[in-house]
Amino acid sequence: MSGGPAGSLKDIDLYYEELLTRARASGYHLNPDAGFVKVIVEGLHANLERHGYAACPCRLVSGKKEDDIDIICPCDYRDADLNEHGSCFCALFVSREVAEGIRPAASIPERRPPEGSRHRDSSPIAGIARPSLPVWRCRVCGYLCAREEPPETCPICKAAAERFERFL
Amino acid sequence: MTRVDGKNKANLVLYTLSTCVWCRMMKSFLAKMDVGYDYVDIDTLEEEERIKTLDEVKHWNPKCSFPSLVVNGEQCIIGFNEDALRTALKL
Repeated sequence: MSGGPAGSLKDIDLYYEELLTRARASGYHLNPDAGFVKVIVEGLHANLERHGYAACPCRLVSGKKEDDIDIICPCDYRDADLNEHGSCFCALFVSREVAEGIRPAASIPERRPPEGSRHRDSSPIAGIARPSLPVWRCRVCGYLCAREEPPETCPICKAAAERFERFL
Repeated sequence: MTRVDGKNKANLVLYTLSTCVWCRMMKSFLAKMDVGYDYVDIDTLEEEERIKTLDEVKHWNPKCSFPSLVVNGEQCIIGFNEDALRTALKL
């Protein structure tokens, strides 16, 4: 994070490039409207500078990382929103149909549960025997792995270890 | 609250975030339609003011998502939807 407006502009361009590369590499699509995406990237960058992590710019950030962990971009709700609405809450990430201009992106309803009813870990599934190793699930992309601890970085979407939950 | 001057279509109170792209679209649309309104960017408020304003938002929109536009103290339009705005404001 460098200071000064010129530095910030360069940071924003770099951030955008990185986002695009990562999205392409993992089979996601960014909104084809570059001007729209630029506004979102500026918002992400503002949150990064304000709070130290790139929380969703379209949601209210508490400033406490443990309370905002589910809305660090890409948020926990992206994949479900892509499936149901064709875009994430901000419409930064969009479905192939939207990316190709077959249908437009729109402002969608909020999927994140209200404060006070957000569950961090999924409850154990009845009838399934406890495996010999814990199974961890990446809350961002759904990747599952059986090992003592979650990986430092998700090998699929590159989310940090703190985005994993105990699945089994 | 910040006042944006324009035609008085209704008593409009708009709750937004300074970083949110849909909030920005909403403000641009109201400007394009030359509609006057009051708005507040919740993320720029100090703690005490923020909590107070959030209570107002929760009353209209329990999920506290943005933008939330309260029309005449009767109805809340959640998210940016041009058609919903045109209908509610008779644009």
